[in-house]
Amino acid sequence: MRRILSVLLENEPGALSRVVGLFSQRGYNIESLNVAPTDDHSLSRLTLTTSGDDLKIEQINKQLNKLIDVVKVVDLTEGAHVERDLLLVKVRAVGQQRDEVKRTTDIFRGQIIDVGPATYVIQLTGPTEKLDSFVAALGDAEIMEVVRSGVAGMARGEKVLAP
Amino acid sequence: MEQLSGGEMIVRALEDEGVEYVFGYPGGAALHIYDAIFKLDAVPHILVRHEQAATHAADGYARATGKPGVVLVTSGPGATNAITGIATAYMDSIPMVVLAGQVQTHLIGEDAFQETDMVGVSRPIVKHSFMVKRTEDIPSIIKKAFYIATTGRPGPVVIDIPKDLTHPEHKFDYHYPESVTLRSYQPSSRGHTGQIRKAARLLLSAKRPIIYAGGGVIQGEGCELLTTLAQKLNYPVTNTLMGLGAYPGSDRQFLGMLGMHGFYEANMAMHHSDVILAVGARFDDRVTNTVGKFCPGAKIIHIDVDPASIAKIVPVDIPIVGPVQTVLTELLAQIDAHLQGSDREMPEPAALAQWWQQIESWREAHGLWHGRRYGESELAMPQDVIKCLYEVTEGDAYVTSDVGQHQMFAAQYYKFDKPRRWINSGGLGTMGFGLPAAMGIKLALPDAEVACVTGEGSIQMNIQELSTCAQYGTPIKIVSLRNNYLGMVKQWQDMQYEGRYSESHYAASLPDFVKLAESFGHVGIKVEKRDDLEAAMREAFALKDRLVFLDVFVEPHEHVYPMHVAPSGAMKDMWLSKTERT
Ligand SMILES: Cc1ncc(C[n+]2csc(CCOP(=O)(O)OP(=O)(O)O)c2C)c(N)n1
Ligand SMILES: [Mg+2]
Repeated sequence: MRRILSVLLENEPGALSRVVGLFSQRGYNIESLNVAPTDDHSLSRLTLTTSGDDLKIEQINKQLNKLIDVVKVVDLTEGAHVERDLLLVKVRAVGQQRDEVKRTTDIFRGQIIDVGPATYVIQLTGPTEKLDSFVAALGDAEIMEVVRSGVAGMARGEKVLAP
Repeated sequence: MEQLSGGEMIVRALEDEGVEYVFGYPGGAALHIYDAIFKLDAVPHILVRHEQAATHAADGYARATGKPGVVLVTSGPGATNAITGIATAYMDSIPMVVLAGQVQTHLIGEDAFQETDMVGVSRPIVKHSFMVKRTEDIPSIIKKAFYIATTGRPGPVVIDIPKDLTHPEHKFDYHYPESVTLRSYQPSSRGHTGQIRKAARLLLSAKRPIIYAGGGVIQGEGCELLTTLAQKLNYPVTNTLMGLGAYPGSDRQFLGMLGMHGFYEANMAMHHSDVILAVGARFDDRVTNTVGKFCPGAKIIHIDVDPASIAKIVPVDIPIVGPVQTVLTELLAQIDAHLQGSDREMPEPAALAQWWQQIESWREAHGLWHGRRYGESELAMPQDVIKCLYEVTEGDAYVTSDVGQHQMFAAQYYKFDKPRRWINSGGLGTMGFGLPAAMGIKLALPDAEVACVTGEGSIQMNIQELSTCAQYGTPIKIVSLRNNYLGMVKQWQDMQYEGRYSESHYAASLPDFVKLAESFGHVGIKVEKRDDLEAAMREAFALKDRLVFLDVFVEPHEHVYPMHVAPSGAMKDMWLSKTERT
């Protein structure tokens, strides 16, 4: 089952490599990983998507907590949460395709943020599945390049992840 | 406030931390620190002959005393040479602080001379590591390193120190912190009372109980409590390879070691138990055999300070996260309350008596000495050498070992009545551990008898330390079981590869160990006949002030039994000799 883990990490040099190293060392997979500082500059926040049965996820959680630089870990998928992924995709946009791509982008409420003579760069945010379906919906258009931020997420309502 | 250079801060901080010995080896990136060691003359330094030995010596020191071992090495090859010892300590949860020199800050990342990314290389085998960025941070980093290494589940901590930050002319205020707190590291201080209550009830309701105790009981100073608990309930106890000595080895309730080369009665009792109390043990694959077949009828209570050890391998019915000492204290109180209250009749006496009867019959049928015979030759059997060592030292020595058949024979035949006496590399299985570890112990405990049980293969992996022992006068006794093979490898080749001895013997290349020992100024004694063994052993231990190398020729084709049937066997499936299995 797919899980989204949110991790508060000391903003120390090498801290991220401990987290990533843990995953490769113990054979856990990482589907996506998103890292950035938070409003508190002593901390980074990671959102990590992975998959596994309950036992595996419990181990991942415990092993993450064991890292000295890890301040807190929550499994967002255990409760109601919101998640967003950012997609940038560059497509070949010429002739008929130019309109077709624009229409699909509008349907998905994406934005064209760069217009070249024969290219578009489209931005779309949303849960992972929405981005997947958008890429699929581009259909015949020639996709030149894709980049995604990886999932970022937080719990709904009052729940917060704080040190 | 006192003004010190980075190098001086390191020495002063070690002094303030109460460090008795630093085991190390100098080199370019560490020279400012070494100069401070010379000038301040505040912490004794032991110059080893190879950095791996520094880590093993510090490790042996830590295992025997319970205090953290301290290592100092230079950058690059000094640091990488220390890696095997750091990994050894990590696998067995040994508190250790390793200070490593690093190239100057401005050279980092440029593939400078003797530059290795020590923090990167050691990352998977440390509890934590620090890269020093500012000289002023040195005291607090050292304090944190000792705190992390020694609390919770102990382990090695590496501090990487660029040379420029130890420069003698750059002085800063020195203050060694009294204590540290880390928001991201708060080891558990007690177990969950509700869980402990449940555990007490389950334990008392057992009909076929067994206590399975590991190295965590020794590390967590829980041996006395565990012994009290076991004796109060009259429950059988088995120890892991790391846990030997946690419960008195010569006591009737002790079933011996469990696992791959565990005692028949210990493995049988585990397999047939209905309640297992696992304390400070981690269900290692060398214990469980095939996990899917592990103790099918047992409910498991697991006490461990590391939550990640619980339910990692085997699902657990009652997990209790907390220090062994506080949890066992509370568990004992709960059990007392039950026994004085309504549960006076627990555990059920008839069931327990029947269980003991069963265990005794296992013990009688296939106890350790079962089926042993002498060959045609005059050679000693390896088991006899350990037995002789046990008798001559009256069971009271600190015994280190290397890795191989000799290690298993030592674990099986030396009955450890006290914790911290059996010192071996259980988790990593590091050949070359025994001699430097014995050296570290003898330095810490000069009045104790320290013996290193080894094989002619393993001893050659750190034999250079005979020179260190000569320099510091550490009169340990080396008992080398010479079977002329990498015996444990040969055993597997006998059992699984139809006796094809691929690279497990040395042709006629072994040194004369007696002369070798003598060349370092030590004493060497060769024992070629079983009949000469006891006299030689007594002679060796009578030479109080000398290192003695006992080169004991043993029967080369002996195997270690019992041995788990693998793959796909359960705990109860064992080879009992070359021809019999359960
Ligand atoms: C550093 C290292 N290399 C290889 C091994 C694999 N190994 C385990 S036991 C053993 C043989 C040890 O031979 P010896 O020291 O003579 O002991 P014996 O088994 O003969 O008693 C080997 C090679 C190991 N444990 N450690
Ligand atoms: Mg050998």
